[in-house]
Amino acid sequence: MKRLMKYFNGYKVRAVLAPLFKMLEASFELLVPLVMAAIINNGIKMDDKPYIIKMGLVMVLLGLIGLACSVTAQYFSAKTAMGVGKALRYDLFRHIETLSYTEIDEIGSSTLINRMTSDINQVQTGINMFLRLFMRSPFIVFGATIMAFTVDVKASKVFLIVLPVLIVIVFGIMLVSIPLYKKVQGRLDKVLLQTRENLAGARVIRAFGQEKNEKADFEQSTKELTKWQLIVGGISTFLNPLTYAVVNLGIAAIVMVGAKQVDSGILLDGDVYALVNYMSQILVELIKLANLIIIETKAVACANRISAVFEKNSSQLYKETKVAELKDSPKVQFVNAGLTYKNAGESSIEGLNLTVNKGDTIGIIGGTGSGKSSFVNLIPRFYDCTEGSVLVDGIDVKEYPKEQLRNKIGIVPQKAVLFSGSIEDNLRWGKADASNEDMEFAIDVAQAKEFVDSKEGRLKFMLNQGAKNLSGGQKQRLTIARALVKRPEILILDDSSSALDYATDAKLRMAIKEKTDNMTVFIVSQRSSSIMHADKIVVLDDGKVCGIGTHDELLKTCQEYQEICSSQNKEEVNEHE
Amino acid sequence: MNMSKKSAAMKAGNKATIKRVLMYIKKYWFFVILSFVCATVSVIGTLVAPIITGEAIDELVYGEGTVNFYDVKWYMLWFVVALVVVAITQWIMNVLNNHITYSVVKDIRIEAFNHLEELPLAYVDSHQHGDIVSRIVSDIDQFADGLLMGFTQLFTGVVTIVGTLGFMLFIDVPIALVVVILTPISLFVASFIAKRTYKLFRSQSESRGELTSLVDEMIGQQKTVQAFSYEDDALARFEKINDVLEKDSMNATFYSSLTNPCTRFVNSLVYTAVGIIGAFAGITGRLTIGQLTCFLSYANQYTKPFNEISNVITELQNALACAGRVFELLDEPAQIPEPKDALVMGEAEGEINIEHMDFSYVPEKELIKDLNLKVKPGMRVAIVGPTGCGKSTLINLLMRFYDVCDGSIKVDGTDVRNITRDSLRDNYGMVLQETWLKSGTIKENIAYGKPDATDEEIIAAAKKAHAHSFIKRLPQGYDTVITEDGGNLSQGQKQLLCITRVMLLLPPMLILDEATSSIDTLTEIRIQKAFNEMMKGRTSFIVAHRLSTIKEADIILVMKDGNIIEQGSHKELLKTRGFYWNLYNSQFAH
Repeated sequence: MKRLMKYFNGYKVRAVLAPLFKMLEASFELLVPLVMAAIINNGIKMDDKPYIIKMGLVMVLLGLIGLACSVTAQYFSAKTAMGVGKALRYDLFRHIETLSYTEIDEIGSSTLINRMTSDINQVQTGINMFLRLFMRSPFIVFGATIMAFTVDVKASKVFLIVLPVLIVIVFGIMLVSIPLYKKVQGRLDKVLLQTRENLAGARVIRAFGQEKNEKADFEQSTKELTKWQLIVGGISTFLNPLTYAVVNLGIAAIVMVGAKQVDSGILLDGDVYALVNYMSQILVELIKLANLIIIETKAVACANRISAVFEKNSSQLYKETKVAELKDSPKVQFVNAGLTYKNAGESSIEGLNLTVNKGDTIGIIGGTGSGKSSFVNLIPRFYDCTEGSVLVDGIDVKEYPKEQLRNKIGIVPQKAVLFSGSIEDNLRWGKADASNEDMEFAIDVAQAKEFVDSKEGRLKFMLNQGAKNLSGGQKQRLTIARALVKRPEILILDDSSSALDYATDAKLRMAIKEKTDNMTVFIVSQRSSSIMHADKIVVLDDGKVCGIGTHDELLKTCQEYQEICSSQNKEEVNEHE
Repeated sequence: MNMSKKSAAMKAGNKATIKRVLMYIKKYWFFVILSFVCATVSVIGTLVAPIITGEAIDELVYGEGTVNFYDVKWYMLWFVVALVVVAITQWIMNVLNNHITYSVVKDIRIEAFNHLEELPLAYVDSHQHGDIVSRIVSDIDQFADGLLMGFTQLFTGVVTIVGTLGFMLFIDVPIALVVVILTPISLFVASFIAKRTYKLFRSQSESRGELTSLVDEMIGQQKTVQAFSYEDDALARFEKINDVLEKDSMNATFYSSLTNPCTRFVNSLVYTAVGIIGAFAGITGRLTIGQLTCFLSYANQYTKPFNEISNVITELQNALACAGRVFELLDEPAQIPEPKDALVMGEAEGEINIEHMDFSYVPEKELIKDLNLKVKPGMRVAIVGPTGCGKSTLINLLMRFYDVCDGSIKVDGTDVRNITRDSLRDNYGMVLQETWLKSGTIKENIAYGKPDATDEEIIAAAKKAHAHSFIKRLPQGYDTVITEDGGNLSQGQKQLLCITRVMLLLPPMLILDEATSSIDTLTEIRIQKAFNEMMKGRTSFIVAHRLSTIKEADIILVMKDGNIIEQGSHKELLKTRGFYWNLYNSQFAH
């Protein structure tokens, strides 16, 4: 919370002026009953028509000044709230961009998106309402009480009883029901989950003939929801009747005490009217105050969630100054490297030793969850080794500035992610100032030329969000091209040809070999045919290396490799014998 | 012209919706009437209260030494009685309204969900799930809010307006007329501002939407953004939209926040007018001071329900729109009901005959035409072909997720349309490429089709499906709770659970649609063995991408564009050097 206060810095004056103007408005509102009492006491009693009109004009004037004050206040508070919201959004976005993979995994993208959007909106509303009401409502509540005392001390003692009782009722009901609302929300979430699940699983549910059970489950959770709604609603039903009764009992008391004061000549009937009026004003503002508190509790919760993101700092620090690569060292070297993800019980990679020379092609193969992706994620330092180290050009990746390291490496992630915009925009992600030649080279090597040629406008062809207007294979080819645009020294293909047919996959590997200049290539795959021609093949099982060597070597020495190959290539071997 | 037609149609639609909502409320008619009675009593009470205080204040008019305490006490006693009656009736009304609203909503929600289970899969497949979910969850919720507000505020609002008007006219006609003429100004001001700000709100939500979709892309794909060092560009794009959003939000918020101060000002004008005219009337003696104070409090009270009612009406319109969307869902025709004499099939032999079957998802686009197939009990049938050739469609039809358009599918000689859906599906075990799991424990998921299975049976099934070893290693073993759609499991693990689910039942016919697609090759070899064991003596249908998995089938159907273009065993098909031969070789080309 505290760290968010700094966003008010540029708005200090406005943030103070807004509530002040609101207070001014409220003070004028508080004067109205007094003016009316004067009309009754002086105007009517004395038959003084000009006085009545004069006082009427005073009331209109009070209204006008109140209006002006209030408009000014609304302006200042809106300006402050939106300004703070904007700055907060900007900083949060910038901060999220600095988080490393480890933090993104931990917090989760959808949570981050929620913080960015709905949470900041809530905070914005919270600030706006706070500036508008936090002075006004208490001011009127206590102001009305004080004004009442200026009219008559004895009659006003009623206020001292009514006010605490009202506060207890309003806030008591709130305090009891707010935590219960969470229970209702929880039940509603369950209803939501069940509905979603039943849609996603419609086939399975019907295949297993479970419709009746699902209906019964849903009915039960709906009834549970209704039960809680009735409980929470039941508490709220007391608010209006109770406050109404208390305020009006107060009014009755004022009239009784007032009657005595009038009889003893201390008060006039107009004064009693003013007192009654102040009593009614209190209730309206107390309820506004209660609502304000609900809004603010929500806003504070949101603000805390936002703060929590700010407090999360990247676990990876990058060096600022460029380092000089050691020219004669191997391109990539793993030295006893290990990786255990945060909060994971077991390590995903352990004791990995591998030396890769410039221009080598490395194949990495193994079952799902064997640590293939973790392996390659260590090279661009998406995750830090929790043991040992990874060297690129003879220097530990932790010594590189971010840009220098990432510029060496072209990555094709497992999931083909593209962004809305033209094909060209997407290719430029790899290199902002890419020439036409660079891009044509990249789509040519990535075997994307044929389909790009078929699209209207070629490189100018627009992709929609998530590139849903391309097929899976087309997307994958574009992500490969994107990585190639900057002609990286190291290319990582993380199981990125799964949507390509065998023939295209082979052509792609051929083109990379022939058309690039000594590029070091890592190919992660489940297909043995994709990696069998690599200079070195690493076979992983359960995070451990169980074999390194060429295809032929491994066929002789590594049992796991044999199993994989035989399961995939048996037919091939048989048919082509 | 067009507009008026449209709004007329909307009104007619609204009318139908209102009628239907009333049908649901009808069940609680007694509570509704009671609620209305309470509302009327409480409103009359609140209106009488200021009159009594007015009378009491009139007792004080002559000042010092003239106060009749006996009278004042009596007035106050009546006043207290009135306020107690108001408080009690108000409370009863609130309780009743809660009860009616939440019960109606519960009824509708359960009905909607039950209907969902009866809708044909064609509906579920062709509609966005998010949309259906929002109908059942948030639309119904919004409807509840609107209905509750309507109950508590609309009726009391109307009674308050009518009552206040009546009482004012009863006390003094000219001043009453002043109030009646002046109050609409505040409504006018409010609607004026609302109309002007509507546009501002729209541009705010447009730029908000733009910002959200950028955030969605950039933060949702943060890893890619970082891998390509795109952070600065993303930030620059964000800043641009963020600036626009600030301006739009500022405009929308500020201009809309003028409503309250402006209507407050208008109300204070009304108050002043009543004060001045009332004071003049007081001088002439037409009005007592008590009556004037009573009038002043009415003037305050009279404008409030107007503002509230305009809120309620927007809210109610919204609620009706939501109810309309829910009713739309309820009106979707359910799947064809089973004939009364439908056969409850016991354990099937597994003979399947498809005769002259035609099928299409949409009438204009024919998919399967005149398909014929005879499958003997225990036969292993593999289906191959390019994407969109109709493999999955065939399975949809076998399970009767969809009905054939022409011709028939017979199991053991009976047309599937004459067999109850439940008993037909009980005879099939199905593993699909999409792995759906229910949120719940691993055990519950495995026993999904047989809730009364013993632990031993469950573990035995898991061992057969090679799922036991990974389940054992989970934090709570078989009692590990999996989140929605198995979020905490890998794709391969989920598929193993789906296979275990079928292993437990072992029905006479099997359908494996890309059942091992997300499992690594090593595990696949093992599962394949289990499958082979499972398929012995059972009629089975296998759809697979990897041709290696289907070579042992008794018959391979090669499908293309909805037709079976080749059929025969692996060896036979290779000999004919047709489509299958091509497909087979392309897989191993280098």
